[in-house]
Amino acid sequence: MSQAATVQSKEKPENKIWPFILSELKPKGKIFTPFNIISTPIMLAGIIIIFLRFWNGIGSVTNLSQDVPWGLWIGFDVVTGVAFAGGAYVMVFLVYILNMEKYKPIVRVTVLNGFLAYLFYSGALLLDLGRPLNVVNVIIGNNFGVSSVLFLVGWHFLLYMLALFFEFSPAIAEWLGARKLRKALSGLTMVAVIFGITLSVLHQSGIGALFLMAKEKIHPLWYNAYMPIMFVVSSIFGGISMVIFEGSISHKVFSDQLEENSHEKHNDILHGLSKICTGGMFVYLFLLVLIFVHQQNWEYLPTKMGIWFLVEVIGFVLLPMIMFYYSYRNKKILWIKIASIMTLVGIILNRMNISIIAYKWDAVVRYVPNWKEFVVTLTIIFIEIWVFRWIVRRMPVLRKSPSWVNESH
Amino acid sequence: MGINRLNFFRVLGLTGVSLAFGKKLNASQPSHSKEKQKEFVGVLYDSTRCVGCQECEIVCAKEHGLPEPDPNDYPTTDVVRKTNENRRSVINAFDTSKGEVYTKKQCMHCGEPACGAACLTEAMHKTHEGPVIWRGDKCMGCRYCMISCPFDVPKFEYQSTNPEIVKCTMCNERLQEGGIPACVENCPAEALTFGTRKELLKEARKRIVENPDLYYDHIYGEHEAGGTEFLYLSPVPFKEIGFKTNLQNKSYPSLTKGFIGAIAPVDILLPAALLGIYEATKSNKKNTEDEE
Repeated sequence: MSQAATVQSKEKPENKIWPFILSELKPKGKIFTPFNIISTPIMLAGIIIIFLRFWNGIGSVTNLSQDVPWGLWIGFDVVTGVAFAGGAYVMVFLVYILNMEKYKPIVRVTVLNGFLAYLFYSGALLLDLGRPLNVVNVIIGNNFGVSSVLFLVGWHFLLYMLALFFEFSPAIAEWLGARKLRKALSGLTMVAVIFGITLSVLHQSGIGALFLMAKEKIHPLWYNAYMPIMFVVSSIFGGISMVIFEGSISHKVFSDQLEENSHEKHNDILHGLSKICTGGMFVYLFLLVLIFVHQQNWEYLPTKMGIWFLVEVIGFVLLPMIMFYYSYRNKKILWIKIASIMTLVGIILNRMNISIIAYKWDAVVRYVPNWKEFVVTLTIIFIEIWVFRWIVRRMPVLRKSPSWVNESH
Repeated sequence: MGINRLNFFRVLGLTGVSLAFGKKLNASQPSHSKEKQKEFVGVLYDSTRCVGCQECEIVCAKEHGLPEPDPNDYPTTDVVRKTNENRRSVINAFDTSKGEVYTKKQCMHCGEPACGAACLTEAMHKTHEGPVIWRGDKCMGCRYCMISCPFDVPKFEYQSTNPEIVKCTMCNERLQEGGIPACVENCPAEALTFGTRKELLKEARKRIVENPDLYYDHIYGEHEAGGTEFLYLSPVPFKEIGFKTNLQNKSYPSLTKGFIGAIAPVDILLPAALLGIYEATKSNKKNTEDEE
């Protein structure tokens, strides 16, 4: 609390902004926390592996092959990560478009999470590109591959990152004490929100559409023409589950940033979110059953892949949906948290199944990620958490905006 | 209200931009069919004539500066040899109902290539003449072409720091100089024929009609994946010689056309709808605040 108070009371003239930023760069809080002790060596190892990847080629650190061109870095970091970051567009829709004031306390942290997720997942994408410098070709038009799904995903991705930045930017202005800038930036919020949601719907579905041309390569239980729609729907409850999961951790770790009654408020928010998750998952399951019956996929069920499919759908969609529903009716906060974790596992299973496990499921030699791929993935997640923590400790993300914000209105 | 009006004009402006972009988008798609009006060239491979000598593999490696093929690595019925980053074309042997049959595998040069539709920088490019080529100055190495190709043709240099996508280009440089592909020119058994696709189909049908006992009555590539520039004749059903027989006859890019077509309308209509919902709920909020 004292830390929050000092930042709030700080009144900085504009010319002292650089010394202020320099002073903010110093670490706050304890250095030898368990998280730091675990994450630091992994991050160091990850950076060495990233160095090796650029020194010796992608093949030197991954188990990718001519048959499996996309592995963990795309399947988890990008395809799954984008679904997890879907919370940002759902929350701004609830708060800014539907005017549900109840969710306002968590909108900033969700937007920050979404922005960092996109920033670091697109960083992970660059590691996976064989010729990463040529990524500018997409922007400068060498050439614009307008008939490519990936081109459209790429552009929507990029513009959405910009929208997320503008949605979050008032918090940066508040941190710097820049009143005029804040006013200008918060004027842009609605524009960023409206286009951000549109861009999200399209790139979330676009990631599903990426796999449309791999028609014979993906197991028929997972491949269908409606993958784009399924990806959007699952990104709604996947993203919200991430908000629940991440919010529950943040509320413990950053309790010093929160007001006194925030705990009950947060429980009320979780309660509302569990209702939205139940609805989203019901729609998803309904569509899934329709597709299943329409494609007459019964014959695949008594196979290995069929059982794996049932594990995903029953164990990690139907079951958490029932748990969300039950906990919504009976106000069981712990159940909501457990259901959110199960839903996240379900999203991981679904995205990994489509991009890796059910992709060439009948191949003789299967792809298993190299341990180095896991280390790099963890490194990216850890760096993201470090940056997240740095921002939350400094900017008004979880705590209230400084008092001058409301005065100026 | 000023900001709202501003918002409205912003939406309007972006709608215009998206419309213009959308038109460009739509215009880019029929260009394939325009190109199609020009005759594509292709290659007809007749596996009843192929003797499995691998001369095509050797000249292909020489032509494209690839490592010389290992003389101990020859086609046998025990293994299926695959193309990779060091060889763009391979010969395989299959035990079939009519004895040992050879096949050649390389890029099929689809009329509407999935790799070309996948590529976000148009590095994979269908030329006006027919070959599907790869352009290194555009490629960013994302390997989406490899995910999309129904024949699993594009290969990637995983061990390189500046990797290339490796695939048959139908010797595009030779074609530009008025030549024919190296494999066709050097085939001692005349199993390979170069020509326009139309001529090749005519020739293939003629061979089937003249020798109905020798050939299986199907030209692989005539309809598969929407039609390919490489065409195949076989003495046995194509499944027996390792061909994918579960491919669709529509082109693969047609699978994503619906989605791509929906993007522009969503980009235009969704912001307008969101703005509408926002205005509607905002007035609600004001009313409740007033009542309070």
